[in-house]
This record gives sequence, structure tokens and C-alpha cells, in this order.
Amino acid sequence: MSAGINIDYISHTFKGQAEPTLKDIDLTIKPAERVALIGRSGCGKSTLLHMLAGLMLPSEGCVRIHGHTLTRPSAKYNMMFQKPSLYPWMTVRQNAELGLLFAGKKDPDKVDRLLAMVGLSDKADVSVQSLSGGQQQRVALARSLATSPEVLLLDEPFSALDAFTRSDLQDEVSRIVGSEDLTMVIVTHDIEEAVAMADRVLIMDANPGRLIGELTINLPFPRNRGAREFSDKRTELMNKFEKLVGDDASPESSGQIDDSAASFAAA
Amino acid sequence: MNVVEMADNPGKTGAAAASRISWSALRKFALSTIGYPAVGISILLAVWWLGGWVIENDEDISSFAGFAPQPTFLALMNMAASGGLWDMIGPSLYRIGMGLLWAIVAGVPIGVAIGLNASMREISHVPFQFLRMISPLAWMPVAVLAFATWDAAIVFLIAIAAVWPVMFSTAQGVRRIDPLWFKVARNLGADGLQMLRRIIMPAIGQDIFAGIRLAVGVAWIVLVPAEYLGVTSGLGYAINDARDTLEYDTLGAIVVIIGIIGFILDGVCVSLIKRFSWHQQG
Repeated sequence: MSAGINIDYISHTFKGQAEPTLKDIDLTIKPAERVALIGRSGCGKSTLLHMLAGLMLPSEGCVRIHGHTLTRPSAKYNMMFQKPSLYPWMTVRQNAELGLLFAGKKDPDKVDRLLAMVGLSDKADVSVQSLSGGQQQRVALARSLATSPEVLLLDEPFSALDAFTRSDLQDEVSRIVGSEDLTMVIVTHDIEEAVAMADRVLIMDANPGRLIGELTINLPFPRNRGAREFSDKRTELMNKFEKLVGDDASPESSGQIDDSAASFAAA
Repeated sequence: MNVVEMADNPGKTGAAAASRISWSALRKFALSTIGYPAVGISILLAVWWLGGWVIENDEDISSFAGFAPQPTFLALMNMAASGGLWDMIGPSLYRIGMGLLWAIVAGVPIGVAIGLNASMREISHVPFQFLRMISPLAWMPVAVLAFATWDAAIVFLIAIAAVWPVMFSTAQGVRRIDPLWFKVARNLGADGLQMLRRIIMPAIGQDIFAGIRLAVGVAWIVLVPAEYLGVTSGLGYAINDARDTLEYDTLGAIVVIIGIIGFILDGVCVSLIKRFSWHQQG
């Protein structure tokens, strides 16, 4: 089951900072919609994603999922990060079933199915340290899906991978998001990635972080990167981005938000 | 990779190449596990023997000749044969064990807490560094007053020596945990207890045992002077007793026993560190 997300006039100012990082973000994401957030460094797109996961709370406004205000993280709104962040003392299977373990459930068949889905059935019992970067990110994907999330949040999850692995995984995640009927929000600095994965691309600007434009990508999945319509959309998005944000502004990797701010100590 | 594995997995290189590889590995293995230690032990024994020879041939100090290797090992065999060995070692091991247990019971939770919480770390910094720099033996009079039995006083002295390395190593391990590991676990629905059990403890297992290894070293050093206190058992008491009765060969034997047990305890700690290490081997 997928969930709709309402973002009601979120503003956020980090402690000790005068200027807000996010200002008056108001947005509705429909169930099973796929949204990409693009923008320059420091525009707050990653901060916004953390709020959709309940990992941070906005200083003003709120996030509602199914109409309920989000106050804490839940396995229902699962986030994947740029680093796979697997637990190195666990096997592939142990990593994948961690969310189920926390929930006090056991479902080996489901974990088997997910590992097969990400193509790692034969690696189930090996240490995650022996896997390649792409394989590790696949384990992280299986781990995210094991708790049957309604929303999948992706924080530049493919940016550390090589180009071929990246487009493979983009297609794979798109396929799974479709088959599992998930709502998806991806933060990216890659125009092509946004066009490949999203129904709607939202453009953010910095100081303060706010939404300044959007583009609908009404191409069917799976998307063919070689098709004329695809490159037309890519050009259209690139032009729109440059017009709205400024010419020297190719969207680049956002400054990672301070991990310690959202760490366990702050819980 | 050890020799057996190499010999069992010749791979695709063919039997000839495999046997060549395993021979060079075997030599390396034999050198590092037998050859080098044997040379080290031989040098130690030679220096010891030389010292004994010098003492024996100097009239002023020849009454200490019992320290030489030969009388020492004779005394050691006599002690082993008479069965008195365990009566000496047992109480010492018990005190070390209890002292370490208390050090772990106090050190690990406090270490986790100050590793997680910056304010607690700042608050505790001065008091802990102050207390840490006090020689454990300086606590002796306090321990004697505070505890009803000599045994408890000795356990206290060992615990107060051993608690610092355990605590600081644990805190250091917690601080090195990748913040993303916390974030991912919270996102997957971990509560505080699950976070502690599934993420924090496995992540810092090797740090805890590295701290325990340092603690064992300190505790084993503190044990002997601590056992000069009131008690009538244990290795420290036995050393004092042998000195008073001028049995220098027995004294030498006890020193050898202390060294051997210390070496074994350290080896146990090293294998525990390896067991709880998740860093990729090789």
C-alpha cells in the first residue's frame, strides 16, 4: 500500500543559525507518485528528505502521512543513503532482515524473495564486506523493502557508484517501486537520474531553501534513455533549472547535513 | 590464511604450483609460530643463565644463586609435584577475575554513556582523569578501612586499576561508530535497547576487549603488591613469604609462574579481540 504525503508550510532553522535552511515548503505528494528533488548545494533538499523520514522535525509546519503528523522515524517511511551503511559484522541476510528483527517478526521467505529481487540470492550468507559497492547498495535496498515501507526516500543513493551500475540500479529501483506500489522521493544532483526515475521533478533554490519550480515527466516505465522523448525532457529540465537557479548553476551534490545532528544522541 | 587452508585449496594453479606455495607458506608458518619465539626464549634464558653465573661467582652475593635458571626450574618442578601450585595460583586468579569483573560491570556501561553523550563526557572528564592518575596502590589504606576482608580490599584495588582502560576504550569505540549506523537503525524502527544490543555492542566488541586486555596487564601488575596485604594466599603472598624465608629458588619459580600466567591471560585477550573484531581480515 502506498501513502500520500502532505508537507504543510515547513520552515526550519538549525540551532545557532540566523537564516532558515528551509522556508515555507508546501507540497502534496500523491500515493504512488515518484518525485525528484533537485537543487544546488545547501538548498536544504537533504534536510527536507530527513523530515519526510521523521529523522528530523521541522521548527515550523509539519509533515503528514495518511493525514497523521510525523513525530518520529518509522520503518514505514524508509530512507536509503549515499553510503549503503550496512553493518559489517552481519551477513547479507542478517542486514536485510534487521528491520523485521526490530519489529519482532521473522519472515525468512520474504527475505529470500527480496534477496532474489535484488539478485543476491547466492550471497545470502556471506559477509557484506566482501561485496562491491553496487551489491552493497542492493543489500541496503532489500533491507529497506523488508519492512514493507509505504514510502521510499532516496538520498543520492547511487552517486557513489560507477555509471553502469548506477543506471542498472536506477532501473531496478524504478521497477520495484512500481511493482510494490511505493511512493518515492529521491534527492539528486543528477538531471538524468531525475528524468529517469521521477513523475515530477521539483527544483529547489537555496538561502532560504524553497521550491521554485517543477516539471512533469509523463514518460512510461521502464524508461529508455536512448529515446528522443527522454533527451527532450532532459534538455527541458536542464533549461528550466538554469533559468530558475542561474546560469553557473549545474546542480551539484548538496552539502551533507551534519550527521551528528540527527544521530542517536539527539533522539 | 593458514597453511592447512592453502594446502586444501590449490585452486586452478595446478598441484605443482600449489605445493610450491604451501611449502613457502609452511616455512613462514613454522618460523613465526616456532622459530622466532624459540630464538626469543633462548636469548632470555641465556641472559638469565649469565646473570646466575655472575651471581654464583661473586662471593658477596652468591647467597642469591637460587635465582639462576637451574635451581628455579628445580623448585618449580618440586612445587608442581607437591601440588602446592594451585593453592598459590587459585586465589590470585580469583581476585584478578573478580577485580576485572567489577571493572567491566562499571566500566562498560559508563564508557557507553560517556561515548554517546557529549555533556556527560565533558562533565566526567576532569574527575575521571584525576582519579585515573592516582596509583591504585595509593588506595591501599582506604581499601583496608573500607572493606571488611583482605580479599575484598585486594579485589577493590584491582578493580580500580582495571576500570579506566575498559571505560576509556569502550567510550572511544562508541565515539567511532558511524553516525549513519544510528540513523539507519532508528529508521528501521530500533528502540533504545535494540540499538544497544544489535548495533552498539557488536560495533564496539573489539574495543571493549582491547580495553580489557590493557586492564589485564595493569591488574596483573597490581595484583602482586596488593597481595602483600594481610592475606596468606596467592602469588604476591608467596613471593613475600619466599623472600622472608630466603628461598630464592622458590621466589624465582613464582616469578616464572607469574610471567607464564600473564602471558596466557594476554593471549586469551588477543584471541577474544580477534573473535569480536568485524574488520575484514587480511
